[in-house]
Amino acid sequence: MKGQDAQAPATPALKMLIVLGGIAMLSGFLVVLVDQLTKPIIEANQQRAIERAVFKVVPGATLRRNYLVTPEGVHPAGDVGSGNGITVYGGYDDQGRLKGIAVNGAGMGYAGLVYLLYGYDPDCACIRRFEVLKMTETPGLGDKIISDAGFQANFIGPDGLSARLNGAGTALENAILTVKHGSKQHPWEIDAISGATITSKAVGKALNQSAQNLLPLLAPHLEQLKRIDIAPAESPTNGKGE
Amino acid sequence: MGMNKSDDVTWDSFAEGLWRENPVFVMLLGMCPVLAVTNSAINALAMGLATTFVLMASGLLISLMRHLIPKQVRIAAFIVIIATFVTVVDYSIQAISLDLYNALGAFIQLIVVNCIILGRAEAYASKRRPALALISALGMGAGFTFALLCLGVVREILGAGALFGFDLFGANFEPWVVMVLPPGGFIILGAWLLLFDWRKHRTQLRSLQEERGRAG
Amino acid sequence: MPAESLSFIFINAALANNFVLALFLGLCPFLGVSGKMETAVPMGLATSFVMLVSSICAFGINLLLTSFDIEFLRLISYIAVIASAVQLVEMTLKKFSPGLFRALGIFLPLITTNCAILGLALFQTFKEYNFLQSLVYALGAGAGFTLAIVLMAGLRQRLALANLPTPARGAAMSLMLGGLLSLAFMGFAGMGGH
Repeated sequence: MKGQDAQAPATPALKMLIVLGGIAMLSGFLVVLVDQLTKPIIEANQQRAIERAVFKVVPGATLRRNYLVTPEGVHPAGDVGSGNGITVYGGYDDQGRLKGIAVNGAGMGYAGLVYLLYGYDPDCACIRRFEVLKMTETPGLGDKIISDAGFQANFIGPDGLSARLNGAGTALENAILTVKHGSKQHPWEIDAISGATITSKAVGKALNQSAQNLLPLLAPHLEQLKRIDIAPAESPTNGKGE
Repeated sequence: MGMNKSDDVTWDSFAEGLWRENPVFVMLLGMCPVLAVTNSAINALAMGLATTFVLMASGLLISLMRHLIPKQVRIAAFIVIIATFVTVVDYSIQAISLDLYNALGAFIQLIVVNCIILGRAEAYASKRRPALALISALGMGAGFTFALLCLGVVREILGAGALFGFDLFGANFEPWVVMVLPPGGFIILGAWLLLFDWRKHRTQLRSLQEERGRAG
Repeated sequence: MPAESLSFIFINAALANNFVLALFLGLCPFLGVSGKMETAVPMGLATSFVMLVSSICAFGINLLLTSFDIEFLRLISYIAVIASAVQLVEMTLKKFSPGLFRALGIFLPLITTNCAILGLALFQTFKEYNFLQSLVYALGAGAGFTLAIVLMAGLRQRLALANLPTPARGAAMSLMLGGLLSLAFMGFAGMGGH
């Protein structure tokens, strides 16, 4: 032990630098290696997670196409956020018919932002489902927005949650609003969960804000989305003759 | 050559970390993840395994390099090595399951400041043979995982009425939500520590009595 | 996407999501140094100070890393920077404010291994806070840490006078107290956001 102590201060600075540099090189090499190895898997996982959520909020969808919605129009888009605009996911059935559009939204809840994905059904101009992507709400209280059947009934009913645009197409005809438990009267109102009013309101705020921003931009181009996406080229023989 | 005895790989070099020097229940180290990610058994298990991997990998590497690393810069070197393996674990968990990654959140990256790992690197791995460092790290990791599971299992059963996601009591059970919330973590860990302290106290008392009996 | 307001961030970090009592960060000093009021206060202040410094550093580093697209080095650089920030703070204090240095001195090295500091840096990155938000977040976290550790010190000073059974005199009872404190802090949830 004594010998080691006496020897320690004599370690030249150069050796320390070499050893530390070597360790840094080694760790850099390891980290880059792992990053390269896992990157494709992680991206595939994220894709799958998006896909799963999209198919959940757009009932009947089996195919997904991404679009970027900007004031200039709607364009097909990649998975990674490209440019400034709103990314939406079109959900299509086997025949390539548009079943609904999944959109991201976020609203301030009890303990932070509640991030969700909701499915907009253009046929009824309503919101049919939503899925919570991330939240920090209190377990057992705030997370009832996922499990509470009464709350889900706001969306699942035959008419969904109304998100109709006004005549001019500049905003929603009636803003989506969360009301106190048991006092829902209109199809654009969300019946809050008693005991989790603030989280229920977060859902309302998220849906309202996102729909108010997106739908006026999206509505003029909806026809384009419905038609453009025909089933993948696997069955071209089905085309009707003239 | 006084170190000879502790240089042999014995069952004890593994079991020591598991029980007698359990990092959580006995040494009170690495409490942050113990409380933060044990609201369900599966999270607890994942965190335990991740920490075990970092313990073993960093222990092995540090032990292999123990003659190379100059004393003055050893802590910096240890931290860089540990941070590297934590990054490896972080990316691997993302690749294995995104749900798990989202549940554990930043706490995977916080393994880097878990005092157990730096403590073992400094006190054990940097002074022992690789085989010994590896076995001891495995024992410590197992002890840590065991402690995490102790908490995770109790908290999930009480707080969610389930174990590893499987419903245990049926619909009539009203879960004690507070147990999966932060206060539940403190209280359950306190209860476990009380149990351990009580056991220790009793054995001490008994050996004292035996001694007295022999003397009398 | 709506942004979290500054007042929400502060109250959230200090009370509702208190770093110690809700996120379990920085438990080692919380249990280790909260025995006496005289040590609890300087420890809280020193930690708050280091939090502020490392929050600023972490923000800069993250900017640098993202611009070069090498985010996988984030953890390694954060931990290195925090360790050096603590050193720097120590040296600066020693030079310019020897009185404060003497008061905080012995706590500064302890702070390097305090997971609340790294936690703060990581959380502000995950939440994608801008510079001002990060600063407020660090201030809130520091205030919350100080509050928790001072409250705990007060409780433990009273506990020391209580007549407990021998096995309950260790850390177990401190943790139970922490649980009660944490329960009380849960009442702050929802403040500031509305």
